[in-house]
Amino acid sequence: MHQPTHTHADDHAGGYGIYLKVWLGLIVFTGITVAAAGVDLNSAGLTIALALLIASVKTALVVYFFMHIKYEHLLFKLMLAVCAITFVIFIGLTFFDIAYR
Amino acid sequence: MASRAIVDANEHQEPIYLDYRGRYDGILGWILSTDHKRIGLMYLAALVVFFLAAMTLGFFMRLEQWTVGQTIVDAKTYNTLFTVHGVIMVFLVVVPGIPATLGNFFLPLQLGAKDVSFPRLNLTSWYLYMIGALIIFLALFTSGGLPDTGWTFYAPYNIRTTTNIPLAVFGVFILGFSSILTGLNFVTTMHQLRAPGMSWFRMPLFCWGLYATGWIQVLATPVLGITMLLVLVEKTMSIGVFDPSLGGDPILYQHLFWIYSHPAVYIMILPAMGIISEIMPTFARRTIFGYKAIAYSSLAIALAGSLVWGHHMFTSGQSYTANVLFSLLTFLVGIPTAIKVLNWVATLYRGAIRIEPPLLYALSFIFLFSIGGFTGLMQGVLNVDVHLHDTYFVVAHFHYVMFGGTVMGLFAGLHYWFPKMFGKMYEKSWANISWALQLIGFNMLYFTMLVMGYNGMPRRYYDHLIEFNAGHQLATVGSWVLIAGILIMFANLLHGLLKGEEADDNPWGGTTLEWSIKGLPPLENFDEIPEVTQGPYDHNPEPEVVK
Amino acid sequence: MSSHSNAIVAHKHPSDVEGAKIAMWLFLFTEVLLFGGLFILYAVYRYQYSLDFHLAATELNASLGAINTVVLLTSSLTVALSIEALRRGNRKLSLWMLFITIVCALTFMVIKYFEWSAKIHHGIYPGSETLLTASSGEIVFYNLYYAMTGLHGIHVLIGMGVLGGMFYFIARKPINKEAINYDVVERIRGGSRMAVLADDGRELGDVINIDDKVERVEIKVIYENTPEKFDPRNEIKLENSGLYWHIVDVIWIFLFPLFYLII
Repeated sequence: MHQPTHTHADDHAGGYGIYLKVWLGLIVFTGITVAAAGVDLNSAGLTIALALLIASVKTALVVYFFMHIKYEHLLFKLMLAVCAITFVIFIGLTFFDIAYR
Repeated sequence: MASRAIVDANEHQEPIYLDYRGRYDGILGWILSTDHKRIGLMYLAALVVFFLAAMTLGFFMRLEQWTVGQTIVDAKTYNTLFTVHGVIMVFLVVVPGIPATLGNFFLPLQLGAKDVSFPRLNLTSWYLYMIGALIIFLALFTSGGLPDTGWTFYAPYNIRTTTNIPLAVFGVFILGFSSILTGLNFVTTMHQLRAPGMSWFRMPLFCWGLYATGWIQVLATPVLGITMLLVLVEKTMSIGVFDPSLGGDPILYQHLFWIYSHPAVYIMILPAMGIISEIMPTFARRTIFGYKAIAYSSLAIALAGSLVWGHHMFTSGQSYTANVLFSLLTFLVGIPTAIKVLNWVATLYRGAIRIEPPLLYALSFIFLFSIGGFTGLMQGVLNVDVHLHDTYFVVAHFHYVMFGGTVMGLFAGLHYWFPKMFGKMYEKSWANISWALQLIGFNMLYFTMLVMGYNGMPRRYYDHLIEFNAGHQLATVGSWVLIAGILIMFANLLHGLLKGEEADDNPWGGTTLEWSIKGLPPLENFDEIPEVTQGPYDHNPEPEVVK
Repeated sequence: MSSHSNAIVAHKHPSDVEGAKIAMWLFLFTEVLLFGGLFILYAVYRYQYSLDFHLAATELNASLGAINTVVLLTSSLTVALSIEALRRGNRKLSLWMLFITIVCALTFMVIKYFEWSAKIHHGIYPGSETLLTASSGEIVFYNLYYAMTGLHGIHVLIGMGVLGGMFYFIARKPINKEAINYDVVERIRGGSRMAVLADDGRELGDVINIDDKVERVEIKVIYENTPEKFDPRNEIKLENSGLYWHIVDVIWIFLFPLFYLII
């Protein structure tokens, strides 16, 4: 943790190609989102769950590859988890009010 | 601890931080300095001014309650008084309070670092702090005048009032930015700049307090930021999301507000707890009891403190399920807090205790904070809270926590580190007298308010029923004693600063790195970065005291 | 700097790449939670007014939203490629990719402009008479729409500024200026000579006397780079700018289905 060096620069195996593949994946998922929105799933909850699931997968792709979390130390992954959990707590506990009013 | 690389004060390779002359001289040499010590002192100077201003407002609020009916101000002015008192004290004094002042000054020193990770960002934080303060004060002179909503700016009244809410909330937004930048700077500093050999569990507990605080600053403050921005656009561009007439839900404002503002209570208290954890082992002359438990409990408080905001909303119309859940979670916060308190007391047990002003302040912290904590738990009980909500009981409770806790912690830290900051010593006898006055005045004022609140005296009323008159007068006299104690304390410190005796390098026998520096810290703190070989509070076996 | 005849200028704080990255991630968390507050509001109101949200969302142009999503995703790709290119020392490619990123950002804002203009033209904007006669849920939907896409738009603009700045930093020939602080000048005053020394102690260039008339000494170091070379500090700066840009993209990834694709 103390070496202020390029700790990961050399591990970039995939290079340009991997970024292009990820981008292609993102575009495909965007297409799926749009297509899925046209399908009537008979449940508003299910629709939004699907939309959020796809958005989360896209986010994971961006964060993992584009934002280099794949190549970073455990520390960065932990910090990211702390942030995500915090947000889930905030929204989750708020719904203990809203959903039970 | 560490290899004490002591160099004669005159032979520091660099000038001490007060004498350093950079490209600029005089005042510019300060307000353009990126030295963490100077920035800490600049925060301190501003903070003392704000504190005294808000204290004066508090003095007038107490005076207003001297008689039934109007005493010195009308109801409208009284509303402004308690709002501005609250806004200044919360957002300008206790939230930035310890991290920005003593934290800035001592975090790098305790870590064995030359500065924080991002010195220029640190100076930016100070500017944002001053700008935020300026914006709030501008409301004094603009149309509508100062806000009258209380420091919480609750919807929907914040939409209806004609006072200058937009300016005030924008100021709070800027202050939030300042707080965030300080937090992320500190967290990064602790990750990257600990001296060689200083593992996480050799880090002083004040730093642990700041670490937990930094995370809350980073994760909770943005929620306040967006809330303030939304109030701003609601008032100026009618983009309403809280206004019931536009379909909004005012209770959601309370959710967002307390999602930040409850963790903010821990932003206030964790650094103060860190200071107490420094003072206890030094004046008991023994290693702190339960180092790891105290370190972990800082993180546990930060986590648990983020789960309990709903206990401010038991009577707001929040669902009953949420009430039960938040009540339960509230009791959980008591656990890590109690761990700290018990460990401090255990540190004193069989220690070679020396009664000095810093320890007196630290002990009064424990006493007052415990009352604050326990009264907090009382309000965490659902049915009790229905009775106590929005009474003086609540006001007294959070003054026991924020004033008795944070501010007493700040005073304790000031008395503890004063000789290392300025190389001078204050008059200890006067320090003791001012401490005693503060403790007496504090309890006369706030314990009386606890009792009055329990008997039904509502908060934020400029008037009271005749039954409460005796209590109000007792509390008002208490406020005078308290203010006298505070003024004597500041006068004593100022006198010490200007005319005090030269202080020893390590007058209390502290063991953390800042005390290993001979004389005042030089510009970059350490001529040689120290190598750390043991924990921070090792008073044994070497009885060596640096002369 | 203890000697009385030499003044040595060196970078005392080596740039801490890891620290800069930690700080940037912490800053990104604040962005996530800034929008997080809005997402909480969105979630609650969508739960309370699901039918109204559905009705209101049909007014939005899903095609434009989808195009903008592709534009932003592409810009995320190009900024990632720009960083990779700079890391591999291909400055030219890096600059091109950065340029495309900025063009994408601009495209996004232009499309956004037409989208908002159309809405405002139809009288749908906060506080408008048309909107105020709508149902509560629709009012809230559009207020949230303007608040969230507006705040996101501001972030796109900031991102454009940051990336534009990076373009300038990478494109220019780096010039570093070092000022010697006042104390050092005091110490070497009075007949000291000042010279730039090579590693082996050879004097490079002219020797200057520092006498009473000298108030300040500033050393200007100019690197003339070949097209492939660049200031190494740009790498972490570009990486952090890229992180910021990606988070702007991530937020849009959520905004798109939540506002445009409600059925």
